[in-house]
Amino acid sequence: MTIRPEVLFTILGMALVTYSTRIGGVWLMSRFTLSKRVENWLNQIPGAVLISLVTPLMVTSGIATIFGAGLTILVARRTGNLLGAMVGGVVLVWFLRTFTGLS
Amino acid sequence: MTEQNLAEKPSVEVAELPVSFDWSGLWEGIRQSLGVAAAVFSYGLVFGVLARQAGLSMAEALLMSSLVFAGASQITVLGLWAIPLPVLPIILTTLVVNLRHLLMGASLSRWFLQIPGWKRYLSLFFLTDESWALTMSQFNRGKRNGAFLLGSGFTIFAAWLGATGLGRLAGNVLQNPAKWGLDFAFLGIFLALLTGMYKGKTNLLPWLVAAAVALLASWWLPGKWYILLGGLAGSLTGAFSDDH
Repeated sequence: MTIRPEVLFTILGMALVTYSTRIGGVWLMSRFTLSKRVENWLNQIPGAVLISLVTPLMVTSGIATIFGAGLTILVARRTGNLLGAMVGGVVLVWFLRTFTGLS
Repeated sequence: MTEQNLAEKPSVEVAELPVSFDWSGLWEGIRQSLGVAAAVFSYGLVFGVLARQAGLSMAEALLMSSLVFAGASQITVLGLWAIPLPVLPIILTTLVVNLRHLLMGASLSRWFLQIPGWKRYLSLFFLTDESWALTMSQFNRGKRNGAFLLGSGFTIFAAWLGATGLGRLAGNVLQNPAKWGLDFAFLGIFLALLTGMYKGKTNLLPWLVAAAVALLASWWLPGKWYILLGGLAGSLTGAFSDDH
């Protein structure tokens, strides 16, 4: 049960900024009104961040990973089940690496 | 108040009905969130396993889940967790991923501004995608008890924390993650999340811009700044192209 100082510091920083976003909406609305444009911007952030995370990873990964990604997207689209989609991808990647030698 | 009076005062909106804050609301929030908590639990298991892979100790994983308590941002920063720790990119990415809370808080504000200080700020700690959605539907149906958010959020919190611990424990069993395809788990959960977020044409241009900027930045800039840059470029593109 260890907590490294730099990790503690990072987590406290994360906690602080996250809590400010939670109370910030109510606080801002007691003073300003959000424009439609700002609202659109906030809506688009999570997807854009995830795409930015995923794209460089995909480009540098092997064939097995690409197939896994395809299966995950397919299952997620069909069922909407996040966990099932991810597990399906993991199993396919494991299978391809173990039995076909793809990386 | 008679119906006559109501008819004479159309300016009295439903939003201005009094908001209460008591045990019945708390209990209702807990009761209605059990199903959602089960889903959060499975997501928390994923976070726990990934936290082990990223090199977080049990105590660190539990600390993060209890203080930050925001799944998407926690899983996202595990993607940039490295030694030495990129502290600033991690904190800024957390902020950017969680900015959507501002929007949810803003939508609750007309009711929560009526709730006294400490109750309001305690409840808002438990604001998540799920507790917000449940609270909004409850309030829109005219059941205005601020403690609903607290009860709902706390139920989700308990599931999230428990699952983090269990997932982190299970992670110990798996020695060589790549052999089992588990290095794909990060990518897999992000792709599954993205698939759910894709709403057609409005996302296409912002996502292409995000992907392009992230790729270029990952080639030319050190560290993990590409996530933040791509995220900002893509979302700003969305803000200026999505006009309806």
